[in-house]
Amino acid sequence: MRLTLLNVIVAVVIAIAFAAVNAAYLVWAERRGAARIQRRPGPNINGPFGLLQPPLDGIKLMAKQLTIPGGADRILFIIAPILAMFPAITSFVTIPFSDTIVAKNMNVGVLMIFAFASLGSMSLLIAGFSSRNKYSMMSSVRAVSQAVAYEIPMLITAITVVLITGSPDLMEIVRQQSPSILHWNIFPLLGNSHNILMPFAFLIFFVCTLAETNRAPFDLGEAESELVAGFHTEYGSMGFGLFFMGEYANIVIGSCMTTILFLGGWSCPFGLFPGVWWFILKLYLLIATFIWIRWTFPRTTIYGLLNLSWKILIPLSLANLLLTAGLIKVF
Amino acid sequence: MVAYFTEIYNGLISLLVGMGITFKEFFKPTVTVAYPYETLTMCARYRGHIELVADDEGNPKCVVCGLCEKACPSNCISLAGEKPEGGKKKVLTRYVLDFTRCSLCGSCVEACTFGAIDFSKEYNLASRRKEDFIFDLYKRLEERRP
Repeated sequence: MRLTLLNVIVAVVIAIAFAAVNAAYLVWAERRGAARIQRRPGPNINGPFGLLQPPLDGIKLMAKQLTIPGGADRILFIIAPILAMFPAITSFVTIPFSDTIVAKNMNVGVLMIFAFASLGSMSLLIAGFSSRNKYSMMSSVRAVSQAVAYEIPMLITAITVVLITGSPDLMEIVRQQSPSILHWNIFPLLGNSHNILMPFAFLIFFVCTLAETNRAPFDLGEAESELVAGFHTEYGSMGFGLFFMGEYANIVIGSCMTTILFLGGWSCPFGLFPGVWWFILKLYLLIATFIWIRWTFPRTTIYGLLNLSWKILIPLSLANLLLTAGLIKVF
Repeated sequence: MVAYFTEIYNGLISLLVGMGITFKEFFKPTVTVAYPYETLTMCARYRGHIELVADDEGNPKCVVCGLCEKACPSNCISLAGEKPEGGKKKVLTRYVLDFTRCSLCGSCVEACTFGAIDFSKEYNLASRRKEDFIFDLYKRLEERRP
C-alpha cells in the first residue's frame, strides 16, 4: 500500500483521538479503580457510572485562565505541556495494533518509540525549570535522575528482545511470537531465546515502564507530600490538563510496548482468532495492573528509587542480556 | 551474593502479598453512604443539642424548677414559666438554648430529675448566621405537638 498524504493525516488524527479518549477515560478508570480498592464508589453522579465525569472535567479545565507566574520563562513554560503530550501521540503512529492496523510501520520502530519516550522527561525538566519555583525545580532534578536511571535497564531489556528477534521492527517482533503462547518472549520454552530468565526481564521492563511514566510508587516528580505538585505546581487550566493527559498517554504507550515486546502483540495464546482484540485485551489488562499497583504501594524514597535501578535492575538486566546473547550463539 | 538475591526475592514476595490484599478489597462491596441521598440512623447514645421531652398529651414534662439553668456551666439555658389561674404547678412558657456556647457536656440532662430534657439526634446544623443557633426549644416542642 502506498502512503499518500491523506492516509497519513487520517492515521495521525485517529492516533490523536485514540490517545485523547484513552487519556480522558483512563482518568475515570483510575478514579473508579482506586475507589473500589478503598471500598468507595468513586465518581458516580454525572451520567451512568460517572461516565460523563471526564468531559466535564475537561470543560472545567478549558474554562480556566492559563496564568504564567511572574519571572517564569514564558516560552519554555508554554512549550513544556505541549512537549508532554506530543511524543506520546507521535509514538502511536508506529504502534502495530494488528497486522493490518498500523499507521506507519517503521523498521526501527523500537528505536523510534524509545527516542520519543525519552523526550517525555525533557518536558518535565523544562516545566520545572521554567516555572521559577523551588518545588518545581526539585521535581525536575528528580525527574532527570529518575529518567537516566530507568532508561538504562529499560533499553537493555528492549535490546534483549531485539537480539532474540534479530530486528527492531515491531511487526517482526510480534510475528515471531505469533505461533503460540510458548513463543512469547516472556516464556522461554520455544522460540528463539531459550532463556529461562525472560520472565524476570519482563518484570524489569514493567517496573521501568512504571518509573518512566512517573507513576506511583515512583512518582517522585510530583510527590505531593514534599513538593506540592512537583513540576506542574504552577500550571493551571489546560496546561495542567495536557500534563495529566500526557501521563496517561504515556501509560498506554508503555503498556503497548510491553504487550508487543513480551506478550505477543495481537497474537492469541491458543492460536484462535488473532487480531486487534487480543492486543486491546492485553493492553487494558496491563493498564489495569498499572492502576492496581498505584493504589497498592506507598511512594518510594528517592534513594530507594535510585538504589533499585542501579543496584538491582541494571545488573540483572545486563546479566540477562549476556545470557541471552550466549544462548542465541549456542543454539 | 546470597543475601542480595534473598533481599530481591523477599521484596518481590512482599509486593505480591500487598497486591493480593488490594485485589481482594477490590471485589468487596463499598461501604460509602452517599450522604445527601442516604443517611445513617444515629446511634442511641448520640449527643445532639438538648430537646424538651413531651408527656403523653404533648405538653412539656418540665416543671420549671430551673435546675438545668443552674447546672449549665456556660449559661446556655434560659427558661421561664408561670402559674396559670387555678392551677397548682408552674407551666413552661419559654425555653431557649444558646447553642453557640453549648459544649454538649450534658450536665443539664443529668441535673434534670423529671426526665424533661434529653439529647436530640440533630446533626444537620450548618448556617452562616449566629441567630440560627439560638434554639427556642419550647417552640420546637409546640411544632412537634400532634
